[in-house]
Amino acid sequence: MHEILIEEKILARNDEIAAENRLALSSRGIYSVNLVSSPGAGKTSLIESMTQHLKDLAVSFAVVEGDLEGDFDAKRVESRGVPALQITTGRACHLDAHQICHSLPWVYGHEGLELLIIENVGNMVCPAEYDLGEDAMITIMSTAEGDDKPLKYPAIFSASELLVINKTDLAPYTDFDIKKARENALKVNPYLKIFETSCRTGDGIKEFAGYLAALTKSKMK
Amino acid sequence: MHEMSITRSMLEIARREMEVNGIHALRKLKVRIGELTAVEPDTLKFCFDVAIKGTPFQGAVLEIEEVPLGGRCRVCGGEVRITAFDNRCPKCGSTDIERVSGHELDIISMEGD
Ligand SMILES: Nc1nc2c(ncn2[C@@H]2O[C@H](COP(=O)(O)OP(=O)(O)OP(=O)(O)O)[C@@H](O)[C@H]2O)c(=O)[nH]1
Ligand SMILES: [Mg+2]
Ligand SMILES: [Zn+2]
Repeated sequence: MHEILIEEKILARNDEIAAENRLALSSRGIYSVNLVSSPGAGKTSLIESMTQHLKDLAVSFAVVEGDLEGDFDAKRVESRGVPALQITTGRACHLDAHQICHSLPWVYGHEGLELLIIENVGNMVCPAEYDLGEDAMITIMSTAEGDDKPLKYPAIFSASELLVINKTDLAPYTDFDIKKARENALKVNPYLKIFETSCRTGDGIKEFAGYLAALTKSKMK
Repeated sequence: MHEMSITRSMLEIARREMEVNGIHALRKLKVRIGELTAVEPDTLKFCFDVAIKGTPFQGAVLEIEEVPLGGRCRVCGGEVRITAFDNRCPKCGSTDIERVSGHELDIISMEGD
């Protein structure tokens, strides 16, 4: 019996497929984002709230919804006139690159698409390790959670490019300190770009949608 | 709990390497897990033990090498152990720290007959 050296990333296969997804989407000029948060922080609400702004900015977009069960989120988004595809993951608490790969023919079926929004399964831990091939990972945390979330779940904040602090309308009723949350997030990831939104009052939604639109337009040539 | 998916990916790689190397019984699998990954070593061990029951991997041991979150100071080049995300170089006090370890999620090696 002897030791056989392997030295390979455990998720090498997922990373390979993610790289293929990224290349395929890029070659079609489609910008893609991966929305992650704990259950109920407001991923679907943010998509709903941004819809009119993105339409005003002439961004053509579609949504892939990841959930354990059901197609509630896809239905919500569709009712706003946005094409949505539901992926159910069964027992898996995250989307993976392979599932996204299978959804790409549906994505390409939408002529002139510029932005693909992927809503991951509500979970702050598991999606962190699974690259889907997106251009940017966006973490959403809400003021109904704790401002110490970044320090407790550093992997997801570290893997993200953007952070949205949602439910700012509720902040006065909780002990959530937005300034503290920002500091904690930047400790874990100094490169995070941070937005504050309320899907209830609409505060900050236009700014965030505008930023996403700018990223999308800069991707297309 | 994604440790089960991680276990599945590990065993896929192990199966391939066993075939390549003509190994029939897996004895040990060695992996490297960084502190900043979303993988809990104890949970991974538990999932591994559950997953190999009644399979050709039965009896194999999972050995986990944990890698602390570490950085290098961009000013003086010194090594920094990052704890509680207070990035400060112990030598020169700079906060310009490059993360160099803690993201690992690798299979290192295996043993078998
Ligand atoms: N007060 C307040 N409520 C909000 C806000 N955003 C979302 N909500 C509410 O929070 C609840 C959950 O919102 P969703 O958008 O379904 O959250 P989600 O992250 O998509 O949830 P999952 O997909 O189940 O993980 C709903 O009842 C929303 O109305 C906000 O900015 N302020
Ligand atoms: Mg949702
Ligand atoms: Zn230094």
